[in-house]
Amino acid sequence: MIELQKVCRVFTVGGQAVHALRDVDLRVGRGEYLSLMGPSGSGKSTLLNVLGLLDRPTSGTYRFLGDDVTALDDDAQAKVRRLRIGFVFQTFHLVPRLTTAQNVALPLVLAEVPPAERQARVEAQLRAFGLLERSHHRPDELSGGQRQRTAIARATITRPELLLADEPTGNLDRATGADVVRVLENLHDEGITLLVVTHDQELGARAHRRLRMDDGRLVADVGHGLGDRRATEAT
Amino acid sequence: MKRLDALAFCARSLFAQRARTLLIVTAMTIGTAGVVVLTWLGDAARHFVTGQFDALGNNLVIVLPGRSETTGGAPPLLGETARDLTLEDADALLRSPAVRRLAPIVVGGAVVAFGSRSRETTVIGTTADFLPVRRLSLAAGRFLPDEANVCALGATVCTELFDAKSPLGEFVRVGNRRFRVAGVLASGGMSLGTDLDEMVALPVTQAQALFDSPGLFRIIAEATSKDAVQQAVTDVRRIVTARHDGEDDVTVITQDALSSTFDGILRALTLAVAGIAAISLLVAGILVMNVMVVAVAQRRAEVGLLKALGADASTIRSLFLGEAVLMSLLGGLGGLFLGELASRVLPHFAPALQPGVPLWAALAAGLVVLVSGVAFGTAPALRAARLDPVQALARR
Repeated sequence: MIELQKVCRVFTVGGQAVHALRDVDLRVGRGEYLSLMGPSGSGKSTLLNVLGLLDRPTSGTYRFLGDDVTALDDDAQAKVRRLRIGFVFQTFHLVPRLTTAQNVALPLVLAEVPPAERQARVEAQLRAFGLLERSHHRPDELSGGQRQRTAIARATITRPELLLADEPTGNLDRATGADVVRVLENLHDEGITLLVVTHDQELGARAHRRLRMDDGRLVADVGHGLGDRRATEAT
Repeated sequence: MKRLDALAFCARSLFAQRARTLLIVTAMTIGTAGVVVLTWLGDAARHFVTGQFDALGNNLVIVLPGRSETTGGAPPLLGETARDLTLEDADALLRSPAVRRLAPIVVGGAVVAFGSRSRETTVIGTTADFLPVRRLSLAAGRFLPDEANVCALGATVCTELFDAKSPLGEFVRVGNRRFRVAGVLASGGMSLGTDLDEMVALPVTQAQALFDSPGLFRIIAEATSKDAVQQAVTDVRRIVTARHDGEDDVTVITQDALSSTFDGILRALTLAVAGIAAISLLVAGILVMNVMVVAVAQRRAEVGLLKALGADASTIRSLFLGEAVLMSLLGGLGGLFLGELASRVLPHFAPALQPGVPLWAALAAGLVVLVSGVAFGTAPALRAARLDPVQALARR
């Protein structure tokens, strides 16, 4: 499903080249559950952004679902994001003026799903995420856990193949963090490919396949090919 | 993103910032109302003036004695009157088939008296055709029947001399002669600075005798139709030239030329004034741009999110452009409404003004508002569409 070959990403900061990714090779099968850990500045977020098509590699190729997506133009990449990739952020990134239901509906609006179908799907999604009675509340009226649930509901309403979570529990207390992790793992159980970037050892250890980065390189890949049956089937 | 959804998205965003939105929309409203009201005023003034010319009569050709021409240096500075225009000239003009009827005019001032009351007024010497040529109407009696010592009074002169009594058949003294009052003009005959309420009309020969001058002040001729006006002008010149020893020494003005000159001047004036008012619209447009620049800066994270959710550049662009255009349109509608309101209310205080904003002015103002919304919204919208999603999401 994901195939990175010699992917490099070089930023120029103050006239100096910073290598955020150095020759990263990575293959991920459909339905895997990965965690990505490493110290700050090790390139985790850059890798996540490249995988999510928010950033382009300086060199190397990225094949997603069999297609070389590095060759796509911005609008074509946007379409892939719209239909195939979901993002969950540490700071939720809910649109403050929209209600829970409107926030969750946003990807469907962008994908031009007709209003009637949209409403039905949003309602089903809110019910599945236990947010139905909060559907007309705005983000500032929700608890942290409810906000992240809303964000996850939004990220997955288009039934994407890949869900990328960047420190999903970083702004939550332990109990609500555990709750959010359960929600993500339930989605994985339903077949989604899940990649979690985290500093939290405990959360990282839950993943079936654990990646570690340091100074722009993948330095560890534990559990590859072992953890998940579906992963081997798909590859 | 479907258009309706985009519209709802823009509307929600504007509503979320309603105080700011209201201020910008107000600025746009004032700008638009300014353009609309000034355009309407200019246009109403133009209608008023051209209406005054139309009230003069139909297809008129005005013949003045003398002709302005530049001659060989001073003196004289202006060309001088070579010959008087006479009553015989007037009669001769009637030979032109293009002239339906005409009124020779002599003007002077004299004291009009009845009993112990007397009043200094304008005296016009003319013929019975003056009435139809100038499209005037009578309040009572007849206008200068074919008798020597008759006169017609203007409405004001009549009430001043006779109060509410009927003046018909009474004798008034004009200068040193006595005239029987045969008719009274209906009031309201104000045109081009001559208040016809404040005058006395005498038969033209009587007036010539009174003022002891054989020359006419002017001749007003009515052409048989609009198409015949040019023919009438040519005929007038030809006839006068023949009678004045081959000298074309009169000035001929057509009502149309006069009226269209003023029409052109006032039209230009209206456009100039509207253009000045449009500057406030420009300022409002810059306010819109400023607000949108601020909005894009404040909503970087939202733009990043929309991009992460798969919005392409054109969607982001149309969302921000949509807000700018929506604000402009709201202001434009408000301005049109205010302008229309003003143009309905103000004529109650100035009845000469024709109520109602002309359609072209409303359309033009609407178009300008729309164009300014697009023009000033485009740069911020492009900036939003170009934001790098990674940076936009990272910054808090």
